[in-house]
Amino acid sequence: MALNITGRKLFVKALKEEGVDTIFAYPGGMITDIVDELYKTDGIRVILGRHEQALVHEAEGYARATGKTAVVLVTSGPGATNTITGIADAYYDSIPMVIFTGQVPLHLIGNDAFQEVDIVGMTRSITKYGVTVRNRDDMGRLIKMGFQIASTGKPGPVLIDIPKDIQTTSGEPEYPSQVDIRGYHPNETVHIGQLKKAYRLLKNAKRPLILAGGGVRIAGAQKKLLEFATKMNVPVTTTVMGKGVMPEDNPLFVGNCGMHGRYAANKAVTECDVLFSIGTRFNDRITGELDEFAPKAQIVHVDIASASISRNVVVDVPVTADAKIALERLVEYAEPMKTDKWIAKISEWEQEHPLTMPNTKIGNCPQDICEGINEVFPDANIVTDVGQHQMWASQFIRLHKGQEFITSGGLGTMGFGFPAAIGASVGNPKKPTVLITGDGGFQMNMQEMATAMSENIPVVICIFNNSNLGMVRQMQQLFYGKRYEITDLSAKDGGYYPDFLKWAESYSCKAIRVTSSEEIIPALKAARANKGKPTVIDFLVSPDDLVLPMVKSGTPLSEMILK
Amino acid sequence: MKNRWIALYVENQVGVLAKVSGLFSAKSYNLQTLTVGTTERDDVSRMTISVMADDVTFEQIKKQLNAMVEVIKVIDLTTIPIHMKEILYAKVKGLDSAGKTEAFQIAEVFNTGGMVRITDIGTDSVLFECTLTERKNNDLISLLKTRFKKIEVVRGGAVAVESISSSCR
Repeated sequence: MALNITGRKLFVKALKEEGVDTIFAYPGGMITDIVDELYKTDGIRVILGRHEQALVHEAEGYARATGKTAVVLVTSGPGATNTITGIADAYYDSIPMVIFTGQVPLHLIGNDAFQEVDIVGMTRSITKYGVTVRNRDDMGRLIKMGFQIASTGKPGPVLIDIPKDIQTTSGEPEYPSQVDIRGYHPNETVHIGQLKKAYRLLKNAKRPLILAGGGVRIAGAQKKLLEFATKMNVPVTTTVMGKGVMPEDNPLFVGNCGMHGRYAANKAVTECDVLFSIGTRFNDRITGELDEFAPKAQIVHVDIASASISRNVVVDVPVTADAKIALERLVEYAEPMKTDKWIAKISEWEQEHPLTMPNTKIGNCPQDICEGINEVFPDANIVTDVGQHQMWASQFIRLHKGQEFITSGGLGTMGFGFPAAIGASVGNPKKPTVLITGDGGFQMNMQEMATAMSENIPVVICIFNNSNLGMVRQMQQLFYGKRYEITDLSAKDGGYYPDFLKWAESYSCKAIRVTSSEEIIPALKAARANKGKPTVIDFLVSPDDLVLPMVKSGTPLSEMILK
Repeated sequence: MKNRWIALYVENQVGVLAKVSGLFSAKSYNLQTLTVGTTERDDVSRMTISVMADDVTFEQIKKQLNAMVEVIKVIDLTTIPIHMKEILYAKVKGLDSAGKTEAFQIAEVFNTGGMVRITDIGTDSVLFECTLTERKNNDLISLLKTRFKKIEVVRGGAVAVESISSSCR
């Protein structure tokens, strides 16, 4: 029998046995023992962020760039509540993550003690699982459960709350290699009968379309998707979360669909007779008005979460399965279909309204910036914040093999981008990481510049600076009679704060301002040459630039605003 | 929209009731009653839940419950033979002697198998104690409401168990 060890020792042991080499942490009173234990530990890189919300986004970027389960460590009370937006973001985008929160000692729980909050209760609806460790001897089992649940099935965040006294109490020294969870059975098979039924439906279609979502990426099924679509000769559209799961230069790829999708893609969804969807939950940004979504189609829905199936869209053939397991089988069945006419029709739509932006009167055209990034960084992971720039990136960034498109798709969290880019770069330091952000969202977490400088994170920060909260301004412009209430970020005196160049300078960070299109490529090249440190590029763009096409919320995909 | 029944086996742990009930509020499901109690196993509790839902929503509720780590098993009681009872107390007040007599008569009529009795009595009030099905309790309450002016109702929420299968009898 091995000797008992303290909770803090078991914590570190658990991380080691889970193969965790990086964690994102911020110290505080209720985790000082664990933090001290980390001091004595080799082989775990601890990234100290500057705000707990940013830590969670950093962890999200890390998980998305590596496929690994990310780990966050924060203290109780405000440390814990600050993580909530990040946890919700991770939940809605199915990011594998374990968040450890400190908690006041057991005997103080319920006393409204200093820095006590019921964080498990607060995060119950945005975690896959959450638990407070109430017995030291349960600690190993609960941590193991956390990693198992976070990373399997439909991944998601798990929160483990560890009271301070549990961290110092001696107990069970073993960390289990596997635990049985009787209420948790992630789907690891596929019902062959249903899958064959789905296949036959597709095979007999005249105008088939595959809709691929983020589930394809999570499952690592990109290759199989390509093989399946190619063998069957069926065009593919993707969701924003699925962007990149199909090579974007492939002739079968018709672009993203949804609120700001391509005209041709939305037309294809509206006109197809079989929609074969896989790894998507039919978010309202994808479907538009539900009653008129894919009105002519019979719908197949393959998803790992049975709860996602027939929730938003009533489907004809439901298949509960991991995207990879399903596609591996489907590839075996696949036979070529005669779809040339249908594909030609989609191309016609594309010619009718190709995806392009008019040249802007002032500053840089966002499309030109994206194309500059495509040219100078064809190998980079692309991270975005939330807003117009995000949609322009989803439209104009072209992803090649091995590139990730890391974005806050489900929750749409402004402030996500910069920390997520830091995390992505930490996880994959060999690959360039380009952040596409807006001046509004960037300011929500720009304190992380200290993290990026301290940790030597070479992210290229492309600020699409229109001195406005552009996405809402766009709605005001189109639907609210140009009444621009609280979307103009410039000051009453006409100035703009901060001056991003001077701000970057105070961090000793290289910064470049780009005011016209011929400066785009040289600036990006200079950023690429600036190794080992972040670079800020302040791209001035016009506040009047619109993201188009646009499907107004609550209207069908067929009613796109094009001009 | 129909009234439907689910039984859940759940982990007997802190927060599980909050998690299950939180689902109904978070997703705007129409929860009618929820009862919870321990089972023959210390670490397992059983809930009986009734909801008002259409077919699609009810399917979704079952799937969402199934997806919870803390939920061990979901049993749809709407499609299988079950036994179900709900405890009900109804205090009828402001009665004259004719009213009391009527209360006793009602109790007698509703009393199938000893499930309804007047269990307490005051100068102008009686207390009904009933263990009937939820629907039968509804009938009794609506009758009491039409006949008497002042009533106080306390209901326990239904508890249900699957019937013993005919092959096991």
